[in-house]
Order: sequence, then structure tokens, then C-alpha cells
Amino acid sequence: MDFSILQYHFMQNAILAGLFGGITCSVVGVFVVTMHLSFIGVCIAHAAFAGALLGLWLGFNPLIGALLFSLASAAIIGPVADRGELNPDTSIGIVFSLMLGLAFLFMGLMPGARTEALNLFWGGILTVTQQDIIFLAVITGVIGGLVAAFYKEIQAVICHREVALAVGIPATIIFYGLLFSTGVTITASLQSIGGLLIYSLILNPAAAAYQLTYSLKRMLLIAVAFGVISCWVGLLASYFFDIPSGAAIVITSAIIFGLATAFSPKRKVKGWQQAPLAG
Amino acid sequence: MNGRNNMDNTVIKIRDAVVSYREDVALQGVSLEVRKGEFIGIIGPNGAGKTTLLTVINGLGKLVHGQAWVLGSLLNGRGGSNLRKRIGYVAQVENIDPRLPINVRETVMVGCYGRLGLFRRPTRAQWETVDKVLEMVGMAHLSQRPIGHLSGGEYQRAAIARALVQQPEILLLDEPTASIDKKAQGEILNLIQLIHKEYHMTTLFVTHDLRTLPSICQRLILMKDGRIWQQGSPESMLKEEVLSQLYEAPASVPTEIVPLQT
Repeated sequence: MDFSILQYHFMQNAILAGLFGGITCSVVGVFVVTMHLSFIGVCIAHAAFAGALLGLWLGFNPLIGALLFSLASAAIIGPVADRGELNPDTSIGIVFSLMLGLAFLFMGLMPGARTEALNLFWGGILTVTQQDIIFLAVITGVIGGLVAAFYKEIQAVICHREVALAVGIPATIIFYGLLFSTGVTITASLQSIGGLLIYSLILNPAAAAYQLTYSLKRMLLIAVAFGVISCWVGLLASYFFDIPSGAAIVITSAIIFGLATAFSPKRKVKGWQQAPLAG
Repeated sequence: MNGRNNMDNTVIKIRDAVVSYREDVALQGVSLEVRKGEFIGIIGPNGAGKTTLLTVINGLGKLVHGQAWVLGSLLNGRGGSNLRKRIGYVAQVENIDPRLPINVRETVMVGCYGRLGLFRRPTRAQWETVDKVLEMVGMAHLSQRPIGHLSGGEYQRAAIARALVQQPEILLLDEPTASIDKKAQGEILNLIQLIHKEYHMTTLFVTHDLRTLPSICQRLILMKDGRIWQQGSPESMLKEEVLSQLYEAPASVPTEIVPLQT
């Protein structure tokens, strides 16, 4: 294979963006997948997207819009899902469709060519700037540090939140911390992966790792490896076959998920489920 | 002085507690005192407020009226996590995802996490305690198994082990034997009684099923419609006419409540 492409500055940037984006997206993905809150993540992703478009329309930094919208959506959905007044599926679905509606509204109101807005849709890992990469790297460091510092609390909360609460772990704070981390991660990866595609990079590597191990530590490592591989393989495919990079990354991650499911040792798990809950 | 002695011995004191979830009133004016080391059975039909009473004790149920003191502190709806570190809670078996990435040993260790506090990792001595407790509840051979792969009885043993490593001062058991088979029920009940005999923890045991009442119960509380309807010794409460009124259906006194086998 011809590796001369690595000499290009834009390619080096893209590889770094893929590394940091792949790591953070997969790590927060492990949390939402284990908590069975995948749809909340989808919703936060679309909120970030709508916020960024608002920023573009009104002329402020789209990342700030994305951050505010994603944090606000996490703050709204969390309690609604918790209190059980509405079925979580219903309430999250409503917030999700509202965010998509707002995104299209802001886009429609935007004057001019909308190239930048479309970029937020598809993402442009080949055109990320040094500044984007530094931002991604900082977020990766912060999320990695938080996970290391609160690992035991996070494991307790994502596996059985009720139990975590009952033994005196500040489970609610940890839970919202995880939702907000998801919002921040999505914001940081928006430029390179794109608003419509970011969520697959959160869900697919984590869901693939979930098929392969019963150890949370191993699951985190496997998910991170899958996330980074998806980004890099997608990047190469995009370069060599001249296809959109975001789409190539997402399709790669979906293929990895398919393979992980096909070869999952947990497929046998069905037998366990069918066994009655008995002594 | 006598009153003062009583105070020192009282670990739970609830006065006129009212708890409501939206429009429903789950507890309407419950008063209760529990002395240190007591083993109390709480029975009554579904929806009587038994579980809500337990959530008041561990600070998760919010009082709209009344007061509650638990382990010397007045509950005010905040800072409950410090209290919960000192209270073990075993809920009924729930359906869990068989793929969950946590094994028995890890889930039992979660019991230590509250007391351990943030930023501190479990020590080797704590892992040894976990292994010892797993041995005691008869789960040592399953310590590496994912919790999603346990049977109902095994899952409850793990939950009890988790409550034990917490070294709680109060143990709350909320239908611990519901939806598990009869043999496992007997084993779990025996384990609960052995633990009480060994550690004398103040224990509140909630059940709607009279056949799963441990014989070690010193006091029975009968709940109905969010109130304490009657209370007294098991002998005085376990009578056909009392139980039939409680459940508003013909109820028979269990021929024998579950004895302790050592």
C-alpha cells in the first residue's frame, strides 16, 4: 500500500481527529449502551446538531450552540425518563423530533450557500483544523481522566443504578455526568464526523464490544479499538475510493458490529434467558 | 433517665409520615419506632405502603408531612447518601440484561463503594472480605459469573452478600423471596435468619406472602391502605380473623413459619 498520503498535512490531521474522536465516542458509547439508553444518545446528538446550526445562522460559534443544546437536552430528557410520567420512548421521541425540526428550521432560515451547514451534516474529517483537533484532544483527555477517577462509581451506576443509589453512591450526579459527557463528546466530534453520522460512531463500536465480553474494562478497550479502527479504515476508504469520509467511517463501524454479533460468544446467552428465574 | 435510655436504643423513629406519589398517597400518617437489633416483619396486601415505608427509612422516599430520624439523623430530603452507606437494602429479584458487563464478585464489591467514598480504590483486604462473604452465602464457586447468568436464588444470595459487605447497621429486605422457587426461598430465608443470629443487625423484612415469614421475627407490623393497621407479636397477629381482615379475603395462618435450621 502506498503510505505517501501520510505526508499530507490534512491527512495527519484527519488521522489525529479519527484517533481522538474514535476514543471518546466509543467510551461514552459504552456507557449509553450498557445503560440501554441508546435513544437518549441519538437525541443528544441531534440537539447538538440543531444548536450548531443555530450558531451558524445567528453568527456565533457553532460549537457553543452545539454544547448548550446538547447539555440542555440531557437536562430535560434525564428527569423525564426518570420520573416515568411519560413513557421514556414517547418523551425522548418528542424531544428528538423537535430537535430535528429545529435543525431544519435553522437551516431554512439561513441565508447564502449553506456549505458550512451541510458540512455539519456530513462532517469533514479531511478538512478539520488544528483548532478542532486540539479541542478534541482536550475533551478526550478530560473524559479519560473522569472515567479513570470515577471508574468504580460509573460501573455501579451503568450496571445497576438502583443498587448504586441504595449503597450511598451519588448515583444521580454520576448519571447526569455521563449524559453531559455524551453531549460534550458529540459537540467535540461534530465537525469531523457530522451531526447525522456521529451517533453511529458512539453506538456501533460500543454495541460491538458489548457482544464480546463480560468485563467492563475489556469492553472499554475493545470499543476504543473498534472506534479508532472504524475512523482510520473509513478514512483510507474515503481517500482511495473518493467517497464521503463520514459515511465510510459509519459503514465500517456497522460492519465491525455485524462481525462482532456474528461471532459473539454471548449468542448462547439466549439459552440463559429462557431458563426460568429459579433456584 | 429511662426515656433517655430508650432514645439511645431507638435506631428508627418515624412520626406521622405522609408520602405521596403524584395524586396517590402511599403513606398516610405512619408512626413507628424500631429498637436496635430488632427483627421486624412487615406484611400486608400489595399497595399497602410496605415498600414506601422502607424508602422513607433509607432516605429515598420524600416526606410531605411528618418527621423521621434514622440512626440519629433527622431526614430532610438531602444528603441521604451518607445515611444509605449505613443501610443495606435487598430488593426483590428483577429481570436483568444477561449481557451486563459485571460479575458476581464485582457486584458484591459495590456494597463497599459507598463507604469507600470517591477517588479511592478497593483494597486487597476489602476483596478478601468480599470473598469471605461470598463463601458464607454459598456463592464462592460463582464469583466470576456474570450477574445476568444467575438464577433468582443465586441473584438474591449475591444481593445479600452485597448488603453484608456494606457492614450496615440496618438491613432492609423488600420481598427478597418473591418470584423465586420454593426451595431457593427456604434457603434464602434460612440465610437471612442465620445472618441475624450472627450479627444482630436491625432488620425490617417486607413480604406480602405469609408463607415466607421467618420465625425469627420479633414483631409483626400489619399494613393496609398506607397505614399501620395493627402491630404486635407474631403469636398475637397470626390469627385467622386478623389476617382475613387484613387481606379482606379468607386467609389461613401458615402452618409453620419458616424455622431456622442451623
